[in-house]
Amino acid sequence: MSKEFIKGNEAIAEAAVRAGCRFFAGYPITPQNEVPEYLSARLPEVGGHFIQGESEIASVYMVFGVAATGIRSMTSSSGPGFALKAEGISFLAGGQIPAVLVNVSRGGPAIGTIEPAQQDYFSAVHAPAPGGFRCFVLAPQNVQEAADFVYEAFDIADKYRTPVYVLADGMIGNMMEVVELPKMRDLADLPSNDSWRFNKYNDDGTARILSTYMPMGELMQNKNKEMAAMYETWEKEEQRWEEYMIDDAEYIVTAYGSSARIAKSAVKELRAEGIKVGLIRAITLYPFPKDAFDKLDYTKVKKMFCAEMSIPGQYIYDVQNAVLGRSEIIPIQTSGGVIMETDMVVAAVKENL
Amino acid sequence: MEKVYDKVSFTSKTSPTGYCPGCGHGTAHKLFASALEHFNLRDKTVLIYPVGCGGLAMPWINVNVIGAAHGRAGAIATAIKRTNPDNFVISYQGDGDLAAIGTAETIHAANRGENITVIFINNANFGMTGGQMAPTTMLGQTATTAQSGRSLEEHGAPLRMAEMIATLDAPKYVARFALHDAKNILKAQQGIMKAVELQVKGEGYSFVELLSMCPTNWKKSPADCAAYMDEAVLKAFPLGVFKDVK
Amino acid sequence: MEKSVLIAGFGGQGVMSIGKMLGYAASDAGKYASFYPSYGAEQRGGTANCTVIISDEEIGSPAVSKLDMLIAMNQPSFDKFAKKVKKGGSIIVNSSLVTSKVEDPDIEAVYVDANDIANDLGSPKVANIVILGAYIGLSGALSEEDGKAIIKKMLGGKADLLEMNYQAFDKGIQAVK
Ligand SMILES: Cc1ncc(C[n+]2csc(CCOP(=O)(O)OP(=O)(O)O)c2C)c(N)n1
Ligand code: SF4
Ligand SMILES: [Mg+2]
Repeated sequence: MSKEFIKGNEAIAEAAVRAGCRFFAGYPITPQNEVPEYLSARLPEVGGHFIQGESEIASVYMVFGVAATGIRSMTSSSGPGFALKAEGISFLAGGQIPAVLVNVSRGGPAIGTIEPAQQDYFSAVHAPAPGGFRCFVLAPQNVQEAADFVYEAFDIADKYRTPVYVLADGMIGNMMEVVELPKMRDLADLPSNDSWRFNKYNDDGTARILSTYMPMGELMQNKNKEMAAMYETWEKEEQRWEEYMIDDAEYIVTAYGSSARIAKSAVKELRAEGIKVGLIRAITLYPFPKDAFDKLDYTKVKKMFCAEMSIPGQYIYDVQNAVLGRSEIIPIQTSGGVIMETDMVVAAVKENL
Repeated sequence: MEKVYDKVSFTSKTSPTGYCPGCGHGTAHKLFASALEHFNLRDKTVLIYPVGCGGLAMPWINVNVIGAAHGRAGAIATAIKRTNPDNFVISYQGDGDLAAIGTAETIHAANRGENITVIFINNANFGMTGGQMAPTTMLGQTATTAQSGRSLEEHGAPLRMAEMIATLDAPKYVARFALHDAKNILKAQQGIMKAVELQVKGEGYSFVELLSMCPTNWKKSPADCAAYMDEAVLKAFPLGVFKDVK
Repeated sequence: MEKSVLIAGFGGQGVMSIGKMLGYAASDAGKYASFYPSYGAEQRGGTANCTVIISDEEIGSPAVSKLDMLIAMNQPSFDKFAKKVKKGGSIIVNSSLVTSKVEDPDIEAVYVDANDIANDLGSPKVANIVILGAYIGLSGALSEEDGKAIIKKMLGGKADLLEMNYQAFDKGIQAVK
């Protein structure tokens, strides 16, 4: 496989095409514009369709409609656009429609800044919209992972019939890196969705109805129990994380996405000075990699550090919930588009030895 | 026109407007600022700014600003004017903002006949985000999301907002002007004066569409942009007063 | 070794293309590379900058706070970024447009009259290729062959233009020797 030097947003777009995505709808917003721009030209080449919606709301419902017919579909945006897509994401989850959502996030709240930030954590991981559903959330730390995770997101979406959310940021979207793009999938090899797609009748001739309107409480409750069981499966089987130098670590830094690669550089610098520090990087944000924190030997861990590009912190809540008071957790935070610096992480650890 | 602009007492003498050279937003700002000055409205003004290049002149314009979410200016302006009738409420919006994401708010504010003044900058693309197709992009015009040009079959024809709004019963004054030469700028100035005066007199909704150059995303020099306005833009968007209720 | 360089100048000085060429060249040479541009509204003010990191191993932050090297294509870029260069780092100053001198004795300064050299060669447009040569000559992050190969690949086109770009590249290398 040959390597390419490619921009994150374009790698995301091309990986989607190779995964079998044949429909994209979106609305311009920085820092993700190259995703729709690329796909506007690329999708027609492979027999797919691109539509620039008149808003994010229209775009997410275009995806909802197409995905309900079983065609692999994606939308992308940044924070302000995701706010508007939220209702549609709830419809995807409630209707059990597989689709891929890519957030190339920036500083907020409201319009905020266009620079990279990690301030959409809660909205991606905990509460995109009403109804208490979840998305399966993957957090790439570089362009290679952005491509790989988007590619895989389509399989996860089909496997569980769920929206899968890839939470990147403006740094990953706008930087170029050396990447090995995944191979082009043959649409004939994709899993069949004949058993559920809503433009096909059941074998006995009965109609299929996609409606999230459930006027009887009990029906809704049963549906939610089904969803809860699926989330439990994810929590048991799908947690993903990376560990770096934690075997003998007395200090543990944890981070995800862009701040994790920065934290890793800090860990390397600190190790070079003989400080026993390691890194836990969350790869799935939901299901949260609780096991990574559970299996630590807290008699050895002196302190933990949680690095994220969000003020107030958001990721730290899930970390606290996994650590459950077994260690002190010191926040290291930047916000609004101020990129975390390696030095900042190094200094925070040294101050707390 | 420079003379009119020089007379505006409140705009910044030190901060630039923040627009690219040749950008129509700069001209439009000078025009509505001088209308505010003419009617002595600066101290009553609430300017509803869009998300888009329009909003870049905040430090220059030096009037009170409420920044809307993308497309929502029509709703915000409506409600402020209803509850603060002594304020002069003007919304200033781009074509992505007013005619794509904000179409619903735009049409409904117009249809209710709110006593507000709407300045609509049509530069035939999403300027701030780098030249994507807007509802106003012309047939055949290229955009980063329509790289071989807008096509009637795939994208539909460009939306003519002024004409659409003129079909509604409530609006009092609906017109389209262009900003690429002195003659047109003078007409636009008169139209904006009229729109501002309507609100001052409590007479109702006015909508002024301004065809505006975006040299950066049209990828043309300001001079070439001006020629393109005559060749193409004014043909797709005829100038004129579409409604003027006496 | 991870080597970072920030390249900054006016839009139109080819800052982004130098950055991308370095990235492509490093990628072709089998190295890790990252290119991180300033983007969006930042560019409306008419300035542009990008950070390029070339490394033999996985790259940490693509937007480092302390630079190994700065390429200052114009005066505002020098004023803004010179202080971000590490002790022991270096600055390539486009002395055709930058009048300041590097005052910190711990920072190596190299002055290259990129625009003048380009004008002498007959095309003001190749000033950025002069700088590309200077960077490769000074940093050692890539070989001269890597540089020439990427010029050929990306600016190939007409033979006489290619020749002029090669000359510009060579002048850049000589300027830092
Ligand atoms: C909800 C939301 N979606 C998208 C954006 C990104 N965005 C910023 S400005 C803009 C459009 C700019 O185009 P236009 O309204 O025509 O104004 P111009 O810059 O051309 O004057 C968009 C889509 C946003 N800020 N918020
Ligand atoms: S990008 Fe276009 S609309 Fe925006 S300031 Fe520049 S010329 Fe004006
Ligand atoms: Mg516009």
